[in-house]
Amino acid sequence: MSKKKAVTIFFAVISSLLLISGCSGSDDVSGSDGKTIEFMHLWPEGSSKQHNEIVQDIVADFEAENPDVKVKLEVMSNEQYKDKIKVLSTSNELPDVGMTWAAGYLEPYVEGEKFAPLDDVLEGDLKDSFVSGIPEAYAIDGSTYGLPLELNVASIFYNKKIFEENGLEVPKTYEEFQDVVKTLSENGVAPIALGNKDRWTGSLWYMYFADRIGGGDALTNAISGSGSFKDPALVSAAEEVQNMVDMDAFVKGFNGLSDEEAKSMFMNEQAAMYLIATWDLPNYTTNEDVLQEFRDSVGYFPFPTVDGKGDMSSYVGGPGVGLFVAEDSDVKEEAKEFVSFFVQEWGKKSVTEAGVIPATKVDAASLDLPKMYVDVLDDLNNASNITLFADVQMSADVAQVHLDMIQSLFGKEVTPEEFAEKHEAALSK
Amino acid sequence: MDKVMSNKWIIGLYILPAFLLISIFIFIPLLLSGYYGLMDWDGIGAMKYIGMENYFNAIQDGLFWESALHSFLLALFSTVSLIAYLAISLVLASKIKGSNLLRKIYLIPMLLSSVAIAQLWIKVFHPSNGILNSMLALVGVENPPAWLAEPTVVLYAIFIPILWQYAGFYILIYYAALKNIPESIVEAARIDGATPLQIAYRIKLPLIMGVVKVTIVLAVVGSLKYFDLIYVMTGGGPNGASEVMASYMYKLAFSSNDFGYGSAIGFLLLLITLIVTVIIRKVTASKEELQY
Repeated sequence: MSKKKAVTIFFAVISSLLLISGCSGSDDVSGSDGKTIEFMHLWPEGSSKQHNEIVQDIVADFEAENPDVKVKLEVMSNEQYKDKIKVLSTSNELPDVGMTWAAGYLEPYVEGEKFAPLDDVLEGDLKDSFVSGIPEAYAIDGSTYGLPLELNVASIFYNKKIFEENGLEVPKTYEEFQDVVKTLSENGVAPIALGNKDRWTGSLWYMYFADRIGGGDALTNAISGSGSFKDPALVSAAEEVQNMVDMDAFVKGFNGLSDEEAKSMFMNEQAAMYLIATWDLPNYTTNEDVLQEFRDSVGYFPFPTVDGKGDMSSYVGGPGVGLFVAEDSDVKEEAKEFVSFFVQEWGKKSVTEAGVIPATKVDAASLDLPKMYVDVLDDLNNASNITLFADVQMSADVAQVHLDMIQSLFGKEVTPEEFAEKHEAALSK
Repeated sequence: MDKVMSNKWIIGLYILPAFLLISIFIFIPLLLSGYYGLMDWDGIGAMKYIGMENYFNAIQDGLFWESALHSFLLALFSTVSLIAYLAISLVLASKIKGSNLLRKIYLIPMLLSSVAIAQLWIKVFHPSNGILNSMLALVGVENPPAWLAEPTVVLYAIFIPILWQYAGFYILIYYAALKNIPESIVEAARIDGATPLQIAYRIKLPLIMGVVKVTIVLAVVGSLKYFDLIYVMTGGGPNGASEVMASYMYKLAFSSNDFGYGSAIGFLLLLITLIVTVIIRKVTASKEELQY
């Protein structure tokens, strides 16, 4: 009897071992001779419906034109995406095509030889189709490793209705801007919605002060090492941030609010102004889910000059996500073709269908576009300078210090001098 | 069957599948993370062996110890609140009206996912639209704190949902243990003239002491490695004011691209948790367990 039991147990163990070993191996079953491009993007249907649909369309068109190539999609939300890409690259299993951010984010991937250079694609079909200077943000040591899809610049959006009720006009100078803030807070209206839990949101304010006080290059130079964060202009930019906090310019508890929460305060008319980049344009123009009445009452103005200095046509912004092709992809040629196709189609479709500004040139005259959208495009065409988002310029570890410092600066836990010193210390490491 | 169970080979075979699974999914990754801790590695490019440098850096890293302090504070709060959970269970296990309903109410937070709880409490704590500050304003508090934005308050504010989240779990454990106590013992004490408080303290508590010890270990270990709610609600901010060991590790490995250093911190977190567990077991160990 016991012997019989022992035998059954033995087989149970063996079969469970087989089960475990069965987990590995035998998972590459991709069609017989057709090729499959794996494509991972970060626009889920729930939160970015229009983006998601455009991707589906483009993929369908591409498959129709290239019958022997299939595109396999994987979609994730922003933060999840960043984590997953990292894990995949650690285990050398990057998708053939995926999304990346520029400059500092890109660096470790390029150094680790995970992304393929795309110079041939850029020089081929795509020549001259990008807004000038934009693909450069994806270049390292003279090669381009990503093709940008979006172009963003930040402006201050404001609620015309609230401005009217309080007898206010669009400010051109920092003094006028301060008056606007004062009047609003005296009348019991929260002046500016800011969700600084996400930290890059506060960074936008600091960057604009740095740009207006120190000129377009001050911050970029400090980050690249040819300048310094101890530059008086950059220190006084940090001071101005704290002055704004002292004036109660931002909504209460901004350091604990996410950007989403701040946005909803602006969109529920609980705050009069909101500094955000153009990726939010659809909310104020074409998005049917937002009340028409509210969309009509939103205007925007460029960041005002400080002491009459700084060029109002100088912007903080830069490309958003771009596409990369994995270096060890089995279908590199097809992937490159797909990327090229995608960028061109995206340039056409994203304008009219999603209302975002693509990194490729837009012919505004030939399309029927909302006025605010056309205005922003005009601004972009006349921009004297676009300073790339600070946290994107920096390498990841320095960016973390910068973002933490931004939160402390707004929370008045550090002085502007300490703020500068911490940056210098992080950069010199 | 007894014969089978006394055969060492058979015991070994029984253990083997579980042992293999645990090795693959727990022990090997643990050792690997200790090994990655010896590397200068951004998680993407090539690894570079740097010996114990990451570990030495971590030991001298003020931010790490600050986050460790926060973790220990959470452990302390969780352990202390066990008293409250125990008190509640004592009441629920005695025959009061509506105890069934109450038990279910206490259990609800356990059924929600951490992310949902985080979203819920973010709304509660909202500085101007949140229910908490609205209520404080109603009773005349002029300038209630922005709970998740003020460095001095945020840590304690975030403890509240965490303790709320686990209340049902511990109450359930205590309740089950208390229900296991034979009615005859309690009855005998009552006949001897013991008050309900005496019964609780002298009879019931000693009888479930084993369970209490287990919950202390669970609460402390759970607190030391706690991560999810804090990550969603504040991300460790503002400026590290609510950072705990696990969120600090995550930040280093995934946000700062310092995978080697993050792994080292992760391994230290394991060591700290192990040491603390051993200490608790030693301190709470008693020679004789009461039996009923």
